[in-house]
Amino acid sequence: MNDIIEGFTQAFQLIVTLDPEVMGITIRSLFISLSATLLASIIAIPLGGLIHFREFGGKKALITIIQALYALPTVLAGLFVFLLISRSGPFGFLGLMFTPTGMIFGQMVLITPLMIGMTLIALSGVRKNIQDTIVSLGADEFQSILTIIKEARFAILGGVILGFGRAISEVGAAMIIGGNIRGYTRILTTAIALETSQGNLPLSIALGLILLFIALIVTTILFLVQER
Amino acid sequence: MIELIGVYKNFGEKEVLRNVGMTIRKGEIFTLIGPSGTGKSTILRLINLLDVPTEGEIFFEGIDTSGPEKTRLQLRRRMSMVFQKPAALRGDVFDNIAAPLMFRKVPVEDIRKRVPEALELVGLSGYESRRASTLSGGEMQRVAIARAIVTRPEVLLLDEPTANLDPVSTEKVENLVHTINSRFGTTIILSTHDMAQGQRLAHRIAVVLSRTIGQTGTAHEIFYQPRNRDVAHMVGVENILEGMVKNNEEGLALIDIEGYDISATSDCPTGSRVTAYIRPEDLVLSTVEFPGSSLRNRFLGRITKVVAMGPMVKVRIDCGIRLISIITKRSFDELEIEEGGSVHVYFKASAVHVVRID
Repeated sequence: MNDIIEGFTQAFQLIVTLDPEVMGITIRSLFISLSATLLASIIAIPLGGLIHFREFGGKKALITIIQALYALPTVLAGLFVFLLISRSGPFGFLGLMFTPTGMIFGQMVLITPLMIGMTLIALSGVRKNIQDTIVSLGADEFQSILTIIKEARFAILGGVILGFGRAISEVGAAMIIGGNIRGYTRILTTAIALETSQGNLPLSIALGLILLFIALIVTTILFLVQER
Repeated sequence: MIELIGVYKNFGEKEVLRNVGMTIRKGEIFTLIGPSGTGKSTILRLINLLDVPTEGEIFFEGIDTSGPEKTRLQLRRRMSMVFQKPAALRGDVFDNIAAPLMFRKVPVEDIRKRVPEALELVGLSGYESRRASTLSGGEMQRVAIARAIVTRPEVLLLDEPTANLDPVSTEKVENLVHTINSRFGTTIILSTHDMAQGQRLAHRIAVVLSRTIGQTGTAHEIFYQPRNRDVAHMVGVENILEGMVKNNEEGLALIDIEGYDISATSDCPTGSRVTAYIRPEDLVLSTVEFPGSSLRNRFLGRITKVVAMGPMVKVRIDCGIRLISIITKRSFDELEIEEGGSVHVYFKASAVHVVRID
């Protein structure tokens, strides 16, 4: 029990004094996950729009696969990207293994299906008569997708935030691809895993509190967005 | 301008349109009249190229509309449609009316000029910065019309434009339809379930009955010369009688209906089986004998039922043949008639529309 109280006290000290190691890990975590979310959005939102708009064979099957990938285990995403970018993989020449860029790529793979799925849900929430109106007003396919995404922007933003939440809290892909290199690829989740196993509880608790705080902010924004 | 040939439309297993054919001429107001759920909206959506017919062809100024999406988009941009329940896009009234111009890549300076012009035409000047969500139903309908005409379409499609409006807003919209048609020569196709509206607005009417077109023609043709029983029923011709022509002298036919004779202007030769249609408003009721000479048909009957319908009264009379008359409430009160009483029924030979049964 003392250990825990001790841990929390030290943790608060680390946060309040803006301990360089803690801050470094936090900023790196935010940078990697925000980058992954941004890049995933650029892919997922237009792709979701296209899937929503176009009628093609296997559309239902594709959507089912996308939905199944919501629950893609983070270590599997990590393994998949590892196979691609490891030295002997097809993209080995890029030298992305054990780099933040590689981690961004891993998190993108993890959250893109979720964000496509959320985009699809958001777009199907736009009433049919709005869609008809847009097409009837003379929009071409690209303009239609863009206008409908605008109509559903709050719901889509909800999906983006959800994606960010999944990216920042995952540990499997970051560990496999990043390798938890101190000062380079060490992020909140991998640091907590390591420090806990090494018995360095105050640091773990401090990082955990920060992670919790970020999660709280994310859910608050999500709540505010959905209120609109 | 627009031609539909043998158009069928199925939604899954459900057949919505069957063998619809019609031609809409440039510059006319063409009305689709029919009860709800008969496929009027589907016809408008097909013309607007929002849906594709399951079978059949649609031509727009001679151009086949079944071509690639690019052609369809080009044709669609020459028309505008106002839906029954117009949807507001995000943003204010200006954004909404500017949207179709933006889609057509009209320069911004032109958009700034044309949006206020369109708003002025629908009588909503100064509404540019209003949020669409703060508009009343009638205002939203007019914003939707402004949004539709701001592109100066050649064809304007209106789906039940007044179905959800109060009488004052309805009149405004009807006047607007007239103005757009006469000022810009826009071809207008509108659907309605309101007979009177169809008659007020349309140059020509198509009666839509259970998935197909019952009859196309001018208001006079539709209301006084229905082609068949279903159309007659739809347009309020309540007296539909079947009989045989006993005699025809120079276009004045004597028709035997269940043993009673009525005179009608008709070319149907002696011996042909016919259906006679008489509008209930064309029956004249009187409590005294009427010496009028042009009223060739005269019967004495018993009133079986009286139904009040606002300013009008529907009176059912058994004269051997059963007839239905609709008279004004005022005339009804002046006649001092009641259920069970007897009354004289008169109508002109020219009020009877005769159709031969093949």
